[in-house]
Amino acid sequence: MVDFDVVELEEADHVEVGEQAPDFVRPLVNDEYWQNTSLSELTDDGPVLLVFHPMDGAFPSTYIWNELRDRELGEQLTVVGCSISDPYAHKRFIGERGMDYRLFSDPSAKVAREYGIDHELDGMAGIREPRPAVFLLDEERTVQYAWVASQWPEFPDYDEIESAVESHT
Amino acid sequence: MSTDQPPITLYRLQACPYCERVVRKLQEYDLDYQSRFVEPMHSDRNVVKRISGKRSVPAIVDENTGVTMSESGNIVDYLDKTYGGAA
Repeated sequence: MVDFDVVELEEADHVEVGEQAPDFVRPLVNDEYWQNTSLSELTDDGPVLLVFHPMDGAFPSTYIWNELRDRELGEQLTVVGCSISDPYAHKRFIGERGMDYRLFSDPSAKVAREYGIDHELDGMAGIREPRPAVFLLDEERTVQYAWVASQWPEFPDYDEIESAVESHT
Repeated sequence: MSTDQPPITLYRLQACPYCERVVRKLQEYDLDYQSRFVEPMHSDRNVVKRISGKRSVPAIVDENTGVTMSESGNIVDYLDKTYGGAA
């Protein structure tokens, strides 16, 4: 891709396949409003693909959500995102991307910390955010598939996600 | 959505004093409610228009009684009459 070494992220001690993903409550934003919602409310209704992404304005977020939108995974399970962007930004982003997926707002990055995937952004003092990560959860929030970026930036393997979704839903 | 949602839904705008007036009343009567936050832009509030016929907030939907209502004065009166201590 590029003729130099991409920045490696420090190793993440993240939630692994087979473990139960931590539950949390955060404002969940759709294209019209936001409302406090727990992850377990979503998994109670079926499998969930939980996608952590950089701030909404960053280009990896655009790429990741365009791809997930175009693959129409929402027909097979609930797809939700989580970033440190505030609900107003999430609502704009959902509109701009023209997608049906909802996004959790976690400005403190505490959810990312609980999942063991937060990192500090160089040159943006005081800001931590999740590294890109994807967790496929079943109805008990048990992790069926996990991918966590180890480079900055790094993108998920969408085909791998799709086949994980197919074999677990 | 799962089945354990609170029966009362309040459509509100962050820092809107009329909305806070309703919140105070809901808390006074210790009512179980969920908040749905909408945007300041009037034209962005179609969800409120769909449920209440108007884009104004606050608006509440009370599944206990089947009532949907907007305007804080009306809502406060309604909450007093429906959940007020005198009953």
